Amino acid sequence: MSKQNPPDRRYTADHEWAADNGEGAVVIGITDYAQEMLTDIVFVELPPLGKKVTKGEPVAVVESVKSVSDVYAPVSGEVIAVNTKLEDEPALINQDAFGDGWIVRLRMENAAEFAALLDAAAYDALLQEENN
Amino acid sequence: MKKTPLYETHIALGAKMIDFGGWSMPVQYTSVIEEHQATRRSAGLFDICHMGEFAVKGPQAFDLLQFALSRNLLNQENGQIKLSVLLKDDGGIIDDLTVYKLQHNSYMLVTNAATRDRDWQWITALQKDRGLDCTLEDISDQTGKIDLQGPQAQQILQALTPYDLSSLHYYNFTEAPLSDQQAIISRSGYTGEDGFEIYAPATSISHLWEKLLQQGQACGLRPAGLGARDTLRLEAGMLLNGQDMTGNITPLEVPYSWLINFDKDFMGAEALKELQQTGIKRKLVGLEMIGRGIARHGYKVFHDDQEIGIVTSGTFAPTLNKAIGLALIDVAYSAPQTEISVAVRNVMCPAQVVKIPFYKRQRLSEVSKN
Repeated sequence: MSKQNPPDRRYTADHEWAADNGEGAVVIGITDYAQEMLTDIVFVELPPLGKKVTKGEPVAVVESVKSVSDVYAPVSGEVIAVNTKLEDEPALINQDAFGDGWIVRLRMENAAEFAALLDAAAYDALLQEENN
Repeated sequence: MKKTPLYETHIALGAKMIDFGGWSMPVQYTSVIEEHQATRRSAGLFDICHMGEFAVKGPQAFDLLQFALSRNLLNQENGQIKLSVLLKDDGGIIDDLTVYKLQHNSYMLVTNAATRDRDWQWITALQKDRGLDCTLEDISDQTGKIDLQGPQAQQILQALTPYDLSSLHYYNFTEAPLSDQQAIISRSGYTGEDGFEIYAPATSISHLWEKLLQQGQACGLRPAGLGARDTLRLEAGMLLNGQDMTGNITPLEVPYSWLINFDKDFMGAEALKELQQTGIKRKLVGLEMIGRGIARHGYKVFHDDQEIGIVTSGTFAPTLNKAIGLALIDVAYSAPQTEISVAVRNVMCPAQVVKIPFYKRQRLSEVSKN
């Protein structure tokens, strides 16, 4: 059973979450549903600081034992921080996908992109449909 | 997609199912790593019903297999198993398979799931071509197979059979009562642990699965899927046909030279002798990643800036806690400890050629020395 999708952030159909930190930056991760599908995360490839990404472009890679998955940038921006703890403890994403398992922080270019993302209720609905 | 007799069981256990060669199979129940660790530490239970089984019997059964297979079966005893490759005329591997000798001129062949039909067509054609007096029967659909692997496997299985399993040596088998069925039990497997491959009527397999799971629960037996099966066999340095062996690769180019017996005539022998003369140009080797990065199937292998080959199998190995793999590379770079790199998403990650197996279980005889 996935953990509840926190209402304090936004979501994508690719199971990423984006939390606005109120200072023009968003923190990004993958949802608990996504980590449950992957299980056993053994490797995370983090982007270099300063990398510029466009919305929808891969910004990180998460590897489980069996698979390699791209994490897509929910909004366009510049990488200003990465969760270096994931280098030694990639399983943090499995343990706490919405908290300690955060992946990247981006300086947002376009706040409208963020507003266009799914809210928690819409993401819940999407998951309901996927499971039926 | 085809389903094994255990399909409903897997669904009830919450397994994640995938399409494996046309079969709906469990890739994992909870976690690949958990199922892998459980198999190395206590025991894992695997649905292997999708593999093929052929019965070969009759006055020229031995003659057929002796010619069709690379391995010399002359001194094979009743109750003994031999691993062999099945080759084409040009020495290319069709399949790796095991040969169980039940009695004089009575054998069971066990083939890979994906190559079952192809093996069948090949062997029946050979029998016809050479006019050999024997009968072949594809008993795959009526034969179920479960693998029970791990240090606790013997203890668990012993509770369900009167046969003394401690007397069954590696690569030997017996026909014995198991629960309320007759089964073929062999001491063999695909994990690098002690364990058994169990063959029983397909109609009795799900009942047997339940009994084993029940029996083994107390000592940590877990159902294990194809995900764990793959990480286990790779750590143990075992090959997967269709992935590590593809196209026209010969047993001389993969660690299967020991399966070739030139002191008899067999399909593909001439081509292999020729290749031995001219020398192999490529070789399947083990590799270990140094530092970050996981090698995966299809990733290119380099030596300095030169592309020298390709990764055939690769994963993060749960027991070894590092990334390992098998790669088919230019023979010039195949010596253990040769430094190579693997292109992981356009980044060259350093690696090293290593000997296989990567993992060897501790034998009881070694444990008692401590």
